Amino acid sequence: MSEHSPQAIRAEALESLLIEQGLLSESAVDETIALFNDRVGPLNGARVVAKAWCDPAFKAALLEDGTAAIEPFDFQGGEVQKLVVVENTPEVHNAVVCTLCSCYPWALLGLPPTWYKDPAYRSRIVREPRKVLTEFGLDVPAGKEVRVWDSSAEVRYLVLPERPAGTEDLDEEALAALVPREAMIGVAVL
Amino acid sequence: MDSMHDLGGRQGFGPVEREEDEPIFHGRWEACVFTIANHMIGKGVIRNVDQFRHAIERTDPVAYLTHGYYGRWLGGVENLLTEAGVVDAEGMAEAVEARGGDRRDPVAARPSSQPDQVPPAEVRGAGRQVEEAPRFSVGQPVRTAATSVSGHTRLPGYARGRTGTIVRLQGGWVYPDSNAHGRGEQPQQLYCVRFEGEELWGAEAEPGQSVHLDLFESYLTAATS
Repeated sequence: MSEHSPQAIRAEALESLLIEQGLLSESAVDETIALFNDRVGPLNGARVVAKAWCDPAFKAALLEDGTAAIEPFDFQGGEVQKLVVVENTPEVHNAVVCTLCSCYPWALLGLPPTWYKDPAYRSRIVREPRKVLTEFGLDVPAGKEVRVWDSSAEVRYLVLPERPAGTEDLDEEALAALVPREAMIGVAVL
Repeated sequence: MDSMHDLGGRQGFGPVEREEDEPIFHGRWEACVFTIANHMIGKGVIRNVDQFRHAIERTDPVAYLTHGYYGRWLGGVENLLTEAGVVDAEGMAEAVEARGGDRRDPVAARPSSQPDQVPPAEVRGAGRQVEEAPRFSVGQPVRTAATSVSGHTRLPGYARGRTGTIVRLQGGWVYPDSNAHGRGEQPQQLYCVRFEGEELWGAEAEPGQSVHLDLFESYLTAATS
């Protein structure tokens, strides 16, 4: 929808009414854009994943109590009152959805991509996950379980991908740069 | 509420369409809607996130599918701001026309003439201590409620009347079904419940498939297997 779509016009009309009433500042929208451009995005989640790959004690703590484990990172952006991290293994592949709205761990991954919020993904990933993952270019081997996590309450889920082979010499920062958002939602692997 | 938002398991939407190099916001207006919603929740004009989610569910079902994510949010925000008396239909129509829009364009909002009276939230966040011990334990089979409700709920339609297994206790949380409507927080235990694919989709289920949902104690009864 373009800047001049009926929704765009209506949104900015509403903004103007709220500014007139003193309920919103002129700069509020710019501040939102700056926050999500500069400070909140999937690199936060990638740093958590990279640390888990490098530090077995952190990984154990993260899988045991994700909320407490990420506290020292002091991420902003909201939407993570309780974090559960689910680990991909040779036996299990995990994928995350919110079929009822579009719940997503903003503080760890930023705001969700449009496909995550659209009806096709939300309707199908719980019913035919392998087929949907194939469309993302991910063929989950037969015999591997596919676990879908439908975030129906305030718990937010992050997938811990398997560490790719040949990355033994990389440090945390270099590893974090390898982890795409899609791998932490569970529609891609590394 | 059996509206368009409850999408899990519905068929016919086709392949997942991905956008190359998708921007965080497609134009300023998306950031505008996001900002308005968050600021109105922050200021208590929108009382709580459950009320907001339900306000989105109450938008026009056709608009829900065609106006996009931020279009749905706009409808939800407008529902609540109209019901709170912050804006009205004529004021919105004039503001739309002042920006070159047409007052006859489709509008997602469907404000109620008899809205719920929802008090301001006293505590931020939704996690709560619950005095009563959890009724269910890890490994226990449970069955979900079989019928729908006309208000807000976090039990998706596809998981109604199904049997699953408790895999994790998630602690005490505000009960959205009550809180969304101003009937109090009524905090209760939340459980992560695992459902096998065959239980949800029968013989059509893909092999080795399971779905996990976080479900409130009120939705669950003990099952035999």
